[in-house]
Amino acid sequence: MDSVLRAENISKSFGPIEVLSGISLDLKPGEVHAVIGENGAGKSTLMRILSGHIAPTKGSLHLNGQPITFSGPVDAEAHGIVLVHQEILLAPDLTVAQNLFLGREIRRFGFVDDKAMRERTRGILRELGTSIDPDREVSRLSIADRQLVQIARALLVPHKVVAFDEPTAVLTPIEAESLFEIIRKLRSQGVAVLYISHRLNEVKAVADRVTVLRDGRHIATRDIEGLEPLEMARLMVGRDMSKLYPEKPETASDQTVLAVRDMAVPGFVENASFTLRRGEILGFGGLIGAGRTELFEALVGLRPGHSTITLDGRQVHFRNARDAMAAGIVYLSEDRKGKGLLLQQNLRINLSLAALDKFSRGSFIDGAAEETALDQAIKDFDIRTRRRDLLAGQLSGGNQQKLLLAKMMLLEPRIVIIDEPTRGVDIGTKEQIYRFIASLAAEGKAVVVISSEMQELIGLCHRVVVMRNGRVAGEVAQADLSEDSIVYLATGVHEERAAEIAAGHA
Amino acid sequence: MTETVLRTGTEKRRFNVDMRALSPFIALIVLIIAGALINPDFLTASNLLNVVTRSAFIAIIAVGATFVIAGGGLDLSVGSMAALTAGVMILTLNNLGGGDVGTLALGMLAAIALSAACGLANGLIVTFGRIEPFIVTLGTMGIFRSLVIWLAAGGTITMRNFDLRELYRPVYFDSILGVPIPIIAFMVVAAIGALILYRTSFGRHVVALGSNEDVARYSGVPIWRVRTLTYIIQGICVGIAVLVYVPRLGSATPTTGLLWELQAITAVVIGGTALKGGIGRVWGTVVGAVILELVANIMVLSNFVSEFLVGAVQGAIIIIAMLVQRSVHRGR
Repeated sequence: MDSVLRAENISKSFGPIEVLSGISLDLKPGEVHAVIGENGAGKSTLMRILSGHIAPTKGSLHLNGQPITFSGPVDAEAHGIVLVHQEILLAPDLTVAQNLFLGREIRRFGFVDDKAMRERTRGILRELGTSIDPDREVSRLSIADRQLVQIARALLVPHKVVAFDEPTAVLTPIEAESLFEIIRKLRSQGVAVLYISHRLNEVKAVADRVTVLRDGRHIATRDIEGLEPLEMARLMVGRDMSKLYPEKPETASDQTVLAVRDMAVPGFVENASFTLRRGEILGFGGLIGAGRTELFEALVGLRPGHSTITLDGRQVHFRNARDAMAAGIVYLSEDRKGKGLLLQQNLRINLSLAALDKFSRGSFIDGAAEETALDQAIKDFDIRTRRRDLLAGQLSGGNQQKLLLAKMMLLEPRIVIIDEPTRGVDIGTKEQIYRFIASLAAEGKAVVVISSEMQELIGLCHRVVVMRNGRVAGEVAQADLSEDSIVYLATGVHEERAAEIAAGHA
Repeated sequence: MTETVLRTGTEKRRFNVDMRALSPFIALIVLIIAGALINPDFLTASNLLNVVTRSAFIAIIAVGATFVIAGGGLDLSVGSMAALTAGVMILTLNNLGGGDVGTLALGMLAAIALSAACGLANGLIVTFGRIEPFIVTLGTMGIFRSLVIWLAAGGTITMRNFDLRELYRPVYFDSILGVPIPIIAFMVVAAIGALILYRTSFGRHVVALGSNEDVARYSGVPIWRVRTLTYIIQGICVGIAVLVYVPRLGSATPTTGLLWELQAITAVVIGGTALKGGIGRVWGTVVGAVILELVANIMVLSNFVSEFLVGAVQGAIIIIAMLVQRSVHRGR
């Protein structure tokens, strides 16, 4: 079949740095074409070229066989190529319908026609299989619903090619499943879908063909038939990836270091209790919105909550993160960009921020000591940066996570709480982070891993506590760790159905 | 953001000057050249010293404003605060009645204490009331201003003791080794300010707070204390500026310090400090304050624009400075 959109020998350079070289790709109507690669492999750049956000330095694009150049994303959209962004780009205070039609309002006698927009919004959302109220403000929607609104907005214009940039990064397995339904529906309508993801199981579940990029180069394009996730990972990383998770350290003891009883966080968590032992990796599973993040933010004093916290047998209370840090507990936020790092500041300032006291002589900061620490961190955590004076925001997701880890480890904590340690992180970095977490436990520290990726919890943790609707739904011991057991506790859904959902992708 | 690393043989570009840091200095040089071309009297030592001396009040206040703004805040009350502080200082001196150094020291102490307290009030309301600093300091701006009008009963508050005036006069009018005391005062304030902002944990915390309050909080920065302290520093700087200002005229009027907030904020913005916080440039601020006074001076020396329009020109400068900042930012 003829391709609807074809890229021929696309190269892109930023200054002297070439981030894409000689990429060719063709998209056929009615296929889901996945583009996979590690962070920094050039996926996003390729996506932005195809959707008209940036122009290629070399090479050409062909639409229905005709060479074409886009003057910008609006031009590309006019040709039926739409991009669903990875980040949520919606105005939070406007309603769903207002957001959908933002910048392209339906007018009647010069005034906006709310009724018509509301009706069309309802229609589109129904097609997507959801019943979100068009008059609801976006700020009051869940992340998953916002994603749906964003997809609806993209699909509002007539489209031949729809590109999804890591669409499931913020979705739970069940929400992801309904997204796949939408993608399959698009495919059956003859739309070409371009799908960018890190999650290889998802790619296996939804894609027809897969293109692998590595270091800005085209490595392979294959049919999904007979291409297993392990092989995809090998192509992406360029080496064997069968051992993604390290051996679980045999250091889990019965010595309780931290006990939390009856945690209540108004509006988020009720009656949550758990214990954490020395040398163990304790997983926290559950759907997004189950209250895991809020539980731990309240624990370390970042939001108001009530509970009895016992640390090494003594009752403690933390008024803020500083208190918790002083007691040897650090919390690494899931929201790296918003709460973890100062994106506009350089690596050195980010690295030392939490442990600044360690770099002070008298009242003054010892700049040389900071530089030494940065050297050490770049080495220890394998932070890959072109230049030392880059801003944190210029690092890739994986390197940002490494920098955040390095920053918090400067505090020499005894208890490390990591919220979604590998969100937005490529597979090579994932492996490094897993090994690092295992080494923390091996050193006798206690580690909490909050994760929405079930494989991660199973592959990494000694025990997993599962939360549902703000309560602890149960605990799964190491011997019983399986997707079924976690999904069952997380959703309360009948086990057969749960197994079905789990088999679909995760 | 995720693009990286495929080196093509060429050398790494080393030409990477921070335009934001450099542009106020370039502007200063351009202005000096322009001034010299317009009027030969411009480039004389006495004129230039005069310009810098006159910029001292604003420069000192603007150093404080650098902290507030770099920390993501704003203080509109500095002009009224200066007027109130000057009024209360003079009233204190008059009430003490003496003409000796002790009296003067007490009056100065009262001025610094009052301005620091005003700053503390701003800081506490912003921090604990969780109100936009724009609104809080707009309110206190009105309060301070009407307090001074009330104290002066609509007229002028003047230093009565002649001996004291003579004793105090040199603080504005004398020089040490040829450098006027106000210039020394403002260089010292700027140097201390730079030291605090660039070399201490507190300074680092201010920048972190201005960059992203959440990140600062999650990193264990005591954000309430840091934010309140920036307003106190602003208050103290206003107090110091008043100490240099009072001997100049020996009086305070309801119009003392009028539009100083505009000038101070303009100096900060010209200097390259980001109005949204996260970047603070003390030396840029100093240059910004001098630039403002240079522009006024050139206007007086030339016949192009009436000197009564100085405020209009300064108002235009802040807008232009913002436009320049934006385009420099885009070019990054």
